[in-house]
Amino acid sequence: MSGLSLSGFFAMGGYAAYIWPAYAVFFIVLIADFIAPSLRRRRNLCELRTRLARQAARATRTPPASP
Amino acid sequence: MSSAPLSIACAALLRRDLTLAWRRRGDIAMPVLYALIVTTLFPFALGPEDALLQRIAGGVVLVTVLLAMLLALDAMFRSDIEDGSLEQLVLAPQPLALMLGMKILAHWLATALPLILAAPLLAGMLHLPAPVMPVLLLALLLATPLLSLLGAVLVALTAGTRRSGMLLALMLLPLCVPVVIFAAGAVAAAQQGLPWLAPIAWLGAALALALVLAPLACAAALRIALDA
Amino acid sequence: MANWIPLWLHKLGSPPIFYRFAGVLRPWMLALAVLLGAVALYGGLVLAPPDYQQSDAYRIIFIHVPSAWMSLFIYGVMAVASFIALVWRIKLAEVVAMESAPIGAAFTFITLVTGSLWGKPMWGTWWTWDARLTSELVLLFLYLGVIGLYHSFEDRRQGARAAAFLAIIGIINVPIVHFSVNWWNTLHQGSTVRILGPSKMSGDMLWPLLTMMAATKFYYLASLFSRVRVDLLAMESGKDWVRQIAEREGRQ
Repeated sequence: MSGLSLSGFFAMGGYAAYIWPAYAVFFIVLIADFIAPSLRRRRNLCELRTRLARQAARATRTPPASP
Repeated sequence: MSSAPLSIACAALLRRDLTLAWRRRGDIAMPVLYALIVTTLFPFALGPEDALLQRIAGGVVLVTVLLAMLLALDAMFRSDIEDGSLEQLVLAPQPLALMLGMKILAHWLATALPLILAAPLLAGMLHLPAPVMPVLLLALLLATPLLSLLGAVLVALTAGTRRSGMLLALMLLPLCVPVVIFAAGAVAAAQQGLPWLAPIAWLGAALALALVLAPLACAAALRIALDA
Repeated sequence: MANWIPLWLHKLGSPPIFYRFAGVLRPWMLALAVLLGAVALYGGLVLAPPDYQQSDAYRIIFIHVPSAWMSLFIYGVMAVASFIALVWRIKLAEVVAMESAPIGAAFTFITLVTGSLWGKPMWGTWWTWDARLTSELVLLFLYLGVIGLYHSFEDRRQGARAAAFLAIIGIINVPIVHFSVNWWNTLHQGSTVRILGPSKMSGDMLWPLLTMMAATKFYYLASLFSRVRVDLLAMESGKDWVRQIAEREGRQ
């Protein structure tokens, strides 16, 4: 493909203003859909780790003398 | 067990719900007032030309009645959940679907019937031609119980949650699209002088189906939502 | 439970085993989706010739139609999983149903947006009250209702069961809406638009479309697996196997 046909490819026969936004929406929505659970996973595991660390700290500490 | 206690239970529940509704007469008037206000706003927004108002009258009255019912739907089981009588109903030996059917009937009598009685006034304000009025009333008579039954299933599903107002509207919208289409279609056909019996018959068929299935679905939904 | 269900299916239903199973399959699904998607895009955007009626505008079909198919397919999966969840109370089926909903909503949204971007140059309008378009919009509301109901419960499993019930009501509703809007369109003549002509698609337009359809299927599986894994971790956060995973990832 030459440079001229490449710019012709991006022009999409005059319909570039409709085709490229459609493809952009397709990819943006799907990428967002794919990233969301991995972010949620990292947050969940982080919370779980802090909770486990808290529990471990409580277990090692000597129990306070009961009044 | 014989059928006598069952009919007695149904009558008692219906009487109880209607008595409760009558004690809060102000709440019965609210949906009617709401419908009146919304209908009054349309001529101000669209202009007072007779031709335009006549064309939209049927649809506006139907949508207004639907919104007014949606407003009251949220309260269908609210007080019964708060005072625990709904859980008693779930535990009662009588079939839950039948009991819920009675509750839906009481709710329809208390909210939809006043709206139907007010509908000629609302339609008259928008200059709906008099010959179309009976068709509008017939469509409302079939559409409002259908909405009450469908709404009851959704209200039962949200029984376990605290906030449900907007969510209920979101869930009801897909279900009420066909109801609005056929009810408004009948009115529009009558207004154009076309045969209007077919959409009314569809509404009737849907109502017959919902009368049988919706109380059962409502009971199942309630068991899910209250199962803690 | 019934005897005819093989043992491995029972095992797959247990959260730690499914977690590992999904973790192994997920990268392959994603790789297949990206590969097939790239091939389909090359075939659809570069190789396929312009349409004799719509010129290049028809190229939106390669994402619009697969998304529309997926929006219905995922609703079907969600309804089946909901039914299984309600009847046999399998935890995994609840998770699959509830995690399918956001993916399905995403595809429905894509379908609506690309459809109106296609409609503007072809029919001269962004939106028309055609039966198919209206059904798709109603489908989006159904998805949003299911997601909203699921999140309005404090108890996740209870919310999943209530939302599963709503999903089943919804699948009965979709054909009714389609039928009623069709009827409505015949009553109100005037705004009828032919969506797709009777013309047959030629082979070099058809294969990118079918490839893209396969790519979206694999994408759905990959996204579903990663979502189900996250949900299983959150749901079983008190269990030992989750604790081990958290510690292993903390050390890295």
